[in-house]
Amino acid sequence: MPRAFALAFAVALLAVVPSLVHSDYVLNLCDLAGIYAIAVMGLGILLGYAGQMSLGQAAFFGIGAYTSGWLTTHLGWPVWPAMAAAVVLSALVGLAVGYPCLRLSGHYLALATIGFGIITQIVLVNWKDVTNGSDGMTGIPAPALGPWTLDSYGSYYYLVLAAVLACAYVAWRIKTTRVGRALEAIRENELAARATGIDATRYKIVAFVLAGAYAGLAGSLLAHSIKFLSPDSYSFDQSVVFLVMLILGGSSSIGGAILGAVLLTFLPEVLRPLKSSYVMVYGAAVVVMIIFMPKGLAGLFGAAWTRFAPRRAPPLTAAARPATGAEPT
Amino acid sequence: MSAPNAVAAAERGLLEVRGLVKRFGGVTAVNGLAMTVREGDVHALIGPNGSGKTTTINVISGLYRADGGSIAFDGGELVGRPAHEIARRGIARTFQNIRLFGDLSVLENVMVGRHVRTRVGFVGALLPGGATAREERETRERAHELIRFVGLDGTAAVPGRSLPYGDQRRVEIARALASEPRLLLLDEPAAGMNPAETDALVVLLRRIRAQGTTLLLIEHDMNLVMTVSDRITVLNFGQHIAEGPPAQIARDPEVITAYLGGTSDAA
Repeated sequence: MPRAFALAFAVALLAVVPSLVHSDYVLNLCDLAGIYAIAVMGLGILLGYAGQMSLGQAAFFGIGAYTSGWLTTHLGWPVWPAMAAAVVLSALVGLAVGYPCLRLSGHYLALATIGFGIITQIVLVNWKDVTNGSDGMTGIPAPALGPWTLDSYGSYYYLVLAAVLACAYVAWRIKTTRVGRALEAIRENELAARATGIDATRYKIVAFVLAGAYAGLAGSLLAHSIKFLSPDSYSFDQSVVFLVMLILGGSSSIGGAILGAVLLTFLPEVLRPLKSSYVMVYGAAVVVMIIFMPKGLAGLFGAAWTRFAPRRAPPLTAAARPATGAEPT
Repeated sequence: MSAPNAVAAAERGLLEVRGLVKRFGGVTAVNGLAMTVREGDVHALIGPNGSGKTTTINVISGLYRADGGSIAFDGGELVGRPAHEIARRGIARTFQNIRLFGDLSVLENVMVGRHVRTRVGFVGALLPGGATAREERETRERAHELIRFVGLDGTAAVPGRSLPYGDQRRVEIARALASEPRLLLLDEPAAGMNPAETDALVVLLRRIRAQGTTLLLIEHDMNLVMTVSDRITVLNFGQHIAEGPPAQIARDPEVITAYLGGTSDAA
């Protein structure tokens, strides 16, 4: 089981990061990367597995963050139930939005999700009684685990890591069982999927709900990490960033979603010395990566794995496979 | 051919189409079609291009909604029901323009075909072991069996889209059979096949029939139709113009003028 071994090694490596890295700045970025990874994995279920485009993932992220923030600051809830409520509410909003939206497809679906994202942001800015508008929400508490309060970046890192692993596990279980196969069948050919007995509408809604729940959890984790919320963090731009992270990582790959999130969290920081021209370089770097890795980072590593790892199965008609990029959306 | 046995065994219509109408804008593609498919038969639906054959199959499988008429399957009405529910009732199909799940492996394609015969949902997926593991293993084994049954041994791990055309049609058949259908709809299964592949297809169709699956087949290859069919329905301009066993259809003067163009062997 070289694969299981590689996975165990990666987890062990991730677990020792806080004892090797002592910079709060870097640890904060690690936390952020993990939080983004969760939202991106959720988008991966919707877009990567089920093939349904969404440019509204940041809205669910924001709903999760503000739910958690409001329940803890206004109602004095402890952090854990607030986090659970954030996940449930985001999932319910996913259901409410998914039901009408998924009668649309392709570009129309993308437009509808953009609309949903913009509406959500307008609500966050203007519903001042709850969100405190553009001034932002402050004083959000850190979660406590028994006697410990997870208020350092290092300790919070473990919470984020545990959440990332749990979310990756759920995504992996879905992908490798009946529900995941049904979602992928819908992505590959919806008509054939329906004729095969798959209730496509229902499964697409399930994917939308899961994407919402993942983003809601990510948003809640963000709220209790940075302890301050401002509506700008949940804009259309953020939805695009999530999408780019996913595509760059490899849209239907769980490891790819995580890698994409990590890479695009750190890349802007690495490019920071370039000052104002950094956005240009960042943009160009993303374009180049997408051109040269149409299957994303996951595709790149997958190809390397096939090439260098010992294989039992003979390579069958590999040449017959057409060039990649069949699914640019 | 075991035609007499089949007739004795099954006089009842498994599928009874009555007065079926399907319009696209101003065009009436199917116009009052009646057809009875008996259980256990290989039933061919033939007719010139544009006569409404594929439309009929699409309406039966629920991909199109009928504008009139009824389709009774084992006594239950199909018109108005969604495609996935019709599949659940025991009707599977293949497509004229192959519709595989191209990026998925052959094995996964066939495993998707088990969808209506399996149960594990979202919660089950999160509980590994037990019933989930058992169902997953059974699904996998059954899919492997079907891949062997259609003669595609050794291709299980290959992405569907990388197979040659004729093999892709076999994957579609395996995927359809995975749902254990009572009625299998085949839309031009021999299209694009060479003579050797077509011969192998005939063998396969007979083996499917021998398992007790009823087949409704659209096909242009007249040799194939005449060889495998127990009964034939001939369509022209969306209407049924003849129905009967192959020998009778080949002699029917209306069929000859409308469809076979004066020769009895149009292959």
